[in-house]
Amino acid sequence: MASNIERDHVTGTETTGHEWDGLKELNTPLPKWWLYTWIACTIWALVMFVLYPAIPYGKSYFHGLIGFSTRDEVAADVKAVQAQRNVMMSKVGSASFDDIRKNPELLAAAQTAGRLTFANNCQPCHGAGGSGQVGYPALAAGAWIWGGKLEDIQQTLTYGIRSGLDQARDSQMPKFGADGLLKPAEIQQVADYVETAYFGLKDKDATPASIKAGEALYATNCAACHGDKGEGNREVGAPRLASKVHLNGGTRESIVKQVITPHLGVMPNWNTRLDAATIKSVAIYVHDLGGGE
Amino acid sequence: MAGRFSHASIEKHAYVLLILALLTISIGGIVEIVPLFTIETTVEHVKGVRPYSPLEQAGRDIYVREGCYLCHSQMIRSLRDEVERYGHYSLAAESMYDHPFQWGSRRIGPDLARVGGKYSNDWHYGHLINPQSLVPESLMPKYAFLAETPLAYGNIAEKLKTLRIVGVPYSDDEVTNAKADLEAQATPGADTDALVKRYPKAIAVPGNGKSVTELDALVAYLQVLGTMVDFADPSAENLQQ
Repeated sequence: MASNIERDHVTGTETTGHEWDGLKELNTPLPKWWLYTWIACTIWALVMFVLYPAIPYGKSYFHGLIGFSTRDEVAADVKAVQAQRNVMMSKVGSASFDDIRKNPELLAAAQTAGRLTFANNCQPCHGAGGSGQVGYPALAAGAWIWGGKLEDIQQTLTYGIRSGLDQARDSQMPKFGADGLLKPAEIQQVADYVETAYFGLKDKDATPASIKAGEALYATNCAACHGDKGEGNREVGAPRLASKVHLNGGTRESIVKQVITPHLGVMPNWNTRLDAATIKSVAIYVHDLGGGE
Repeated sequence: MAGRFSHASIEKHAYVLLILALLTISIGGIVEIVPLFTIETTVEHVKGVRPYSPLEQAGRDIYVREGCYLCHSQMIRSLRDEVERYGHYSLAAESMYDHPFQWGSRRIGPDLARVGGKYSNDWHYGHLINPQSLVPESLMPKYAFLAETPLAYGNIAEKLKTLRIVGVPYSDDEVTNAKADLEAQATPGADTDALVKRYPKAIAVPGNGKSVTELDALVAYLQVLGTMVDFADPSAENLQQ
């Protein structure tokens, strides 16, 4: 086929010599601009081939003349941004809470770091602005279970609650219902007492006699941790009952449920995810949400 | 011109053309793919990565079945912003026992490569049952039905054996105890010593005490994601590829 090359008399270009049922193909040369661009791209590709890691041999590979690595690059990026932040954050890390409060510049840095870290890590449980959710303490309302001083918050953030670490805040509430420590009728009496005395609920089914019986049961079973007047005990993380904000929702059902099989909240320890200065910043941010002591 | 492999004769024989075309195209693939199998650091040598526990593996299957990967990636890229938000960039070694891996490519929800341990078990249960109850702005669907669906795990030992065929190094001991390990990880008050010995860092989930649910399995899987390699230990690995 290729032997039939001839010159096309209209364009003056040679044909390829291929012929399909009388149709012939012109062998039009590539446009010069295209050809040179292609040659330039090929040379460029060969240069990149040598500069960057691209040539494998057996168990290893040639790392390229400029030694490029995305992992080195991100390490350098992170290092650079940390160096920028460390100008302030190293001071936040070493200064006492009082000193940070006195220094507006340091305080602004800590609050910013705290706000950003809170939004990413804490908000899913504690809600935007620390508004809290059922089962997750309302930080802005100051309903502290383990303490609302800066140092307390820092401690909780660092080691968590029931996180499995030795230093974590930990306590258990007995399963009064599930383990048979209280009979079903007694649980209802305790609920009658707690809801009227501390939760401010008006329940027409709660008779004075039942409330009185509940009070006695409360005194022997609950007061040791939750206090004689429902004031709670932060030493053992027993929530304050005489409050407008309740950890588990503030309904009668929540009281009964908690007495039968207590829900014991878990907070992760953050010392493996956040550095000490960041934890300190979050403590300041949380403290300033409205409930700090 | 009339040779066996002349232009004209190749064009005239469809099968010869087909085979030669396939050979030519495959050169590109071979050149790119084969070195990945020969280069030793394609998958980094790191300590800590272990096969999934039976419950985690079952949870992974739920994750795949529900199409979680359509909205959640499991791949922290080596970019500063990602490392800052999600933690250390993902390593190939961390998904070496995933068949198939769940790197994903869409992030309608956040990346999950290191979600393990970030939230409590309770949070995961509450959040999967009703995401909006905890994250009001979330557009994730509710997966409450997982809490009511008993996990079908009668074939868990066979599942581990199958994974062994594709290269996951489950030991005979692990296969034999698969069912017991699965139940131990999701039963309140169960003895998990043997489980944790076989699968370090496995997190026991609360369970409902009656039957192991699909939700239990999924939470166990989520809680182990990204926790196997200890990045705080500087001697643990050389991450340079």
